[in-house]
Order: sequence, then C-alpha cells, then structure tokens
Amino acid sequence: MFSLKELKKGLLTSLWFVFLTFPIVVIKVDPIARTVVWRWENVAYMAIGTFLVYFLVRFIQYRRENRPKPAAAREKTGSIVHRILQNPTQRVFLVAVVATIAVFFPHVLSSYQTNVMTTALMYVVLGLGLNIVVGMAGLLDLGFVAFYAVGAYTYSLLNLHYGLGFWTILPVGGLMAAFFGVMLGFPVLRLRGDYLAIVTLGFGEIIRLILENWGEFSKGPSGISNISRPSFFGIELGLEQSIIYTYYLMVIFVVITIFIVNRLQDSRLGRAWIALREDEIACQAMGIDKRKTKLVAFSLGAFWAGIMGVMFAAKTTFVNPSSFTFLESAIILAIVVLGGMGSIIGVIFGALILILMPEYLRALSEYRMLAFGGILVCMMVFRPQGLISNIRRTYTFEKKLPKN
Amino acid sequence: MTKQPILNVHGLTMDFGGIRALNSLDLEVNSGEIVALIGPNGAGKTTFFNCITGIYKPTAGDIWLTNPKTTKKNSLKGLKPNQVTEKGLARTFQNIRLFPKMTVLENVMIGRHCRTKAFIFGAIFRNAATRREEQSILEISYAILEKVGLERFADEFADNLPYGDQRRLEIARALATEPLLLLLDEPAAGMNPQETAALDQLIKQISREGQAILLIEHDMKLVMSLSDQIFVMDYGKKIAQGTPTEIRENPAVIKAYLGEEVDA
Ligand SMILES: Nc1ncnc2c1ncn2[C@@H]1O[C@H](COP(=O)(O)OP(=O)(O)O)[C@@H](O)[C@H]1O
Ligand SMILES: [Mg+2]
Repeated sequence: MFSLKELKKGLLTSLWFVFLTFPIVVIKVDPIARTVVWRWENVAYMAIGTFLVYFLVRFIQYRRENRPKPAAAREKTGSIVHRILQNPTQRVFLVAVVATIAVFFPHVLSSYQTNVMTTALMYVVLGLGLNIVVGMAGLLDLGFVAFYAVGAYTYSLLNLHYGLGFWTILPVGGLMAAFFGVMLGFPVLRLRGDYLAIVTLGFGEIIRLILENWGEFSKGPSGISNISRPSFFGIELGLEQSIIYTYYLMVIFVVITIFIVNRLQDSRLGRAWIALREDEIACQAMGIDKRKTKLVAFSLGAFWAGIMGVMFAAKTTFVNPSSFTFLESAIILAIVVLGGMGSIIGVIFGALILILMPEYLRALSEYRMLAFGGILVCMMVFRPQGLISNIRRTYTFEKKLPKN
Repeated sequence: MTKQPILNVHGLTMDFGGIRALNSLDLEVNSGEIVALIGPNGAGKTTFFNCITGIYKPTAGDIWLTNPKTTKKNSLKGLKPNQVTEKGLARTFQNIRLFPKMTVLENVMIGRHCRTKAFIFGAIFRNAATRREEQSILEISYAILEKVGLERFADEFADNLPYGDQRRLEIARALATEPLLLLLDEPAAGMNPQETAALDQLIKQISREGQAILLIEHDMKLVMSLSDQIFVMDYGKKIAQGTPTEIRENPAVIKAYLGEEVDA
C-alpha cells in the first residue's frame, strides 16, 4: 500500500489542506497593533498532521478491504452487545447490571448528575421515537423537534391557563403531537428522500416561528415559566425530591418505550414499515396501504416526541421557542444515525454517548459542534451502518403437524 | 372443470404524452389457465401489467376481476395497487424488486399483509388473536417457501440469494397474497438453462394446484411448453391470439416478432 503513488497522493492532499487552511492557520492579523504575523511553523504542523491522518485513514481502509470476509451470508454474530443479548444468561446478567445502576444512580451521584442523566434518557426516548420514522419506515424527518415543541407547549399553556397537571396532560400532549404528525404526514405522502427532508425541515421551522411570533398565544420569545413539576400522587415535591422523582419517571418511560418499540418492530406493522423503506412500489404491490402505513409511522413517532415535550416542560419548568431549534432535530437525528438506523440498542447507545459526552467533557465545550461534526463524518466513513447495526429477527419455526 | 373467466380487460388504452403505449387492448384469462403475453421489446407488455395492477392509471378501458368461487365481479379500474392486490391480482417485477434487507421468510410474510389485520393495538399487546395471526403468517409463509424450494434460505437476507432464487422468491411473495390470478413479468429473464427448467417445473406445479397465471416471457421454449393461450402484442396492439400451435403458424406473428426463433 505504501507505493509511490500513495505517497504522492498523500503529499498532494496535505498541500491542498495547507493551502485551504492557510488564511486561518498561518496569517494572524492584529487589528490594534496593525501588524500581520506570519506563523510559518504552522505550515509544517498542518502538512505533517494532514499527511499522517491521510495515511492513517488509508491504512484503516486497506485493512478493512483486505480483511477476509465473514462467511458472507448470515450476519448472526453482530456486535458484542448483540452477542450478549442473544445468550439468555448473559442477557439476564446485563439487564440486572443496568437495572441496578439505574436504581442506585440518583442516590450515589449528585443531583446534578441525576439531572444530566434524566436529560440523556429523554433523548433516548426521542431517539426511539424518531427511529420509528427514520430508521424503520425510512422517512427522513428533519423537523422532529416540532412535535417535541407541540408537546411542551400543550402542557405549558394548559398548565398556565387552566392549571391542569402533568399526568392529565401527558396523554393529551402525546395525542396532540400525533395529530400534528398526521397533519404533516398528509401533504408529504408523495414525497421521498431529500424532498421529504426539506418539507419536514420547513415544518419544524414554521412551528418554531409561530411560537416565537404569536405572542398572545405562546408568550413569544420570553417563553412560559413556573410550569408545575410532575406531582407524586397529588403531592407536590421539593426540588431535590423532584429531580429524583423525574429521573425515575424517565427510567420508567424508557423501559416502556423500549418495550413498545420492540414489539412494534416485530409485528405486522413493523414489517410493513421496513418493507416501505426497502421498496415503496413493491410494498404497495404486495398489498400494503402506503398512506396508512406512513401516517401511522409519522404519528407514532410524533406521539413519543409529544410525551417527551410534556416531560421536558415539567422538568425544566420553563419553555421558550429557542429550545426547539433545528439543532435539536439534528441532534436527535444524529442519535439515530450514530446509533444505527432501526436498531433499538444502537439508538440507546447513540443517545447516551451524544448527550452525556458533552456534559462530561465540559472543558471541550467550545469544540462541541466541531467534535459533533467530526464524529459524524468519521461514522459515515468507517461505520455507515451505525455503532450497533440492526439485525433482523430470525424466526424459529417448528413445523406443526396437522391436527386431526 | 368448466372454465370461467377471471380477468377481463376491455379496450385498455394508455398514453404517455403523445405515445400510445397500449392501444385498445382486449384480453381474457380463464380459471386454471396459463396465459402468455408475448411481443417484442417495447411492445407495451410491462405497461399492460402496470395498468391492470394500478401502478399506472390507464387512459381508457375496463378491467374486471371475477372470483370463480363466488362469481363476484370487481372492477379494478381506478384502484390503488394495494387494493388491486387485495382484490386478488399479485405480480412479480421485470426488474427484481425484493426487500433486500429483510430475510427471505420476511419477504414472503409481507405478502400476507393484505390477508391479515393486526395493527398498533395488536402489535403492542400481542393478544391471543394477534399471536394466532402471527403464527398463521409464519406457517403459511414457510409452507410457500417450501413449495418454491427456498426454505433452506429462510433466514438469509433476500439480496444474498442467487439471481434465479431471487426470482423464485418474488413468485413466493406474490403467492402469499393468495391471488386469484398471478402475474409474472419475464420470470425467466437472466436465468441460466437449468434455472429456467426448474422455473418451468415450478410454474406447472403452481398451475396444477389451480392457480391461474398470466405471464410475460421472451423464452419461447418456456412459453410454448407452458401456455394454454397466447396473446401477441406489437406497438401496444394485440396482433394475434390463440393456442401455441396456432401462434406458431400465424404469419402476422412470425413477421412481427418470432422470425426463425420459433423453428427451434
Ligand atoms: N412511465 C413511462 N413514461 C413514458 N413512456 C413509457 C413509460 N413506461 C413505458 N413507456 C413506454 O411504453 C412502451 C412500452 O414499454 P414496456 O411496457 O416496458 O414494454 P415491454 O415490457 O413490452 O418491453 C415503450 O415505448 C416505453 O418507452
Ligand atoms: Mg417489459
């Protein structure tokens, strides 16, 4: 692989990078002293750095291409996580460990940590919701945050005006978002791929702009504050207790969501979604109602976003439109893509990594978006199927003898 | 067994802009028959399938599908593809259109979709009715895989199958919808002689079980060996119709299409 041609290519790449980054890396203009500093040494760093990175990438690619292919067909083995989950004893063990950690987490760690974890769990549920739309049904939705906003504002407004509580509004918020999901679904039924992405992106922005500008309705950019926290059988909790309580609520939500999404995936409906993703025309020709299947995917995904919106409003006790920008949609989408489209465990990992990492790497907070982009680019290059790709269920089937 | 008409197509016309791809076509398929639709490339055969299965909206014409058991007659005109399949027409595609990242068994299970009902509620709660239904989907799908001889690949991804088997899987998937009439668009295209011979066997076997079949095919040996009736198209028009022997001797057909191929 270290042929002369490769070397030349690496050299050219690094020169090109030096040229591209020249204005920011080498030239430093000091507007006060009115001087220009030429940092020539950076040229060397840039060139050597790029050159090394280039060869690292080439090396990894080379290794991948020349690795003996696993006995083509059955992708049974999968990742470590899948292997553990396939073994019953190991699965019980894993679940027990995760459950223990989940139960003791808020008692061992500070309420700050608990809060961070609660947020991460919310993104797990959001990711799983979007996973229905993007991962399973293959509908690229860039406006998912709109449904999150619908849920949050449903609770905030009803709480503000009518004093309705968290538990009453929870299903209402979900249904409201599902309704908006159908509203969005209808006009975009014929669209696919990039067109769908653009329309949903626009939809997300429209909802945010309405919230921002329709002051009488939503109180505009200043938002709504003093929203009630979730009550515990009618008892109002103090701040500390409330944080722990919200955490446990989220754990329960996550468990329920995993359960439901898992069942959906292994059902007639889930198969229809996946077929729709694979080939729309064949799917219709096999008797699947495209409209109905798409609308259900949109509204179910939105339902979870709505529920989490209510949760978000109750947790932070304050909402304003700036919590629902496109960046939010992008993060949720990144969770799904990073984790592995259509893979439940993948999405869970994706959410925990993308949400917890920045929290614990505060020092790097300025580079957060850079790291974010970098990780996604690396993922696309090295593991386009996501961290933990989905493996399709195989059916163990015992032929029953006809009863008579 | 008395022959009853299953599919009646009358005056089917399809225009693409200025091009008339189908020109007032009449066609009839009776129960238990294998009918072949042949014609040179671009004659409009695939367009005909797309029109009767609701993928294209024909410019004019009537399409009737009759259930020979209940003698109930349904118009397929203006129905969506999934509704057509529900009524009892199932098809395969000239360019294979499987669900590549689903297993072979799941591909067939999709075919059961329009004959089953479970929805969100059933999926989440997995009540007794849903479990029964899932079991029946599995059993029927597996039985169909056995019929086409693909059961050993049940857990394989569809796109890992050899080409000939992918075509068989498409047939299996279509059969899973319990069609009154099975439409096959060039099922032997791209197959080697052994695969074609096996396909010939399979189609005969399905037909013996009472399945009516309408097939588009270029392989003349296959067409002559299988068909009860042959319809010949050229430039969107029907130019001949008859039994294999009649078609073989029809001068118009020989001129338009068959040439020396038929002598073989
Ligand atoms: N979607 C379409 N738009 C425009 N023209 C089409 C379309 N589909 C088919 N045609 C035209 O109709 C004619 C018949 O095509 P087709 O039905 O595919 O032929 P066959 O299957 O007999 O080889 C061709 O001339 C083709 O170009
Ligand atoms: Mg064709």
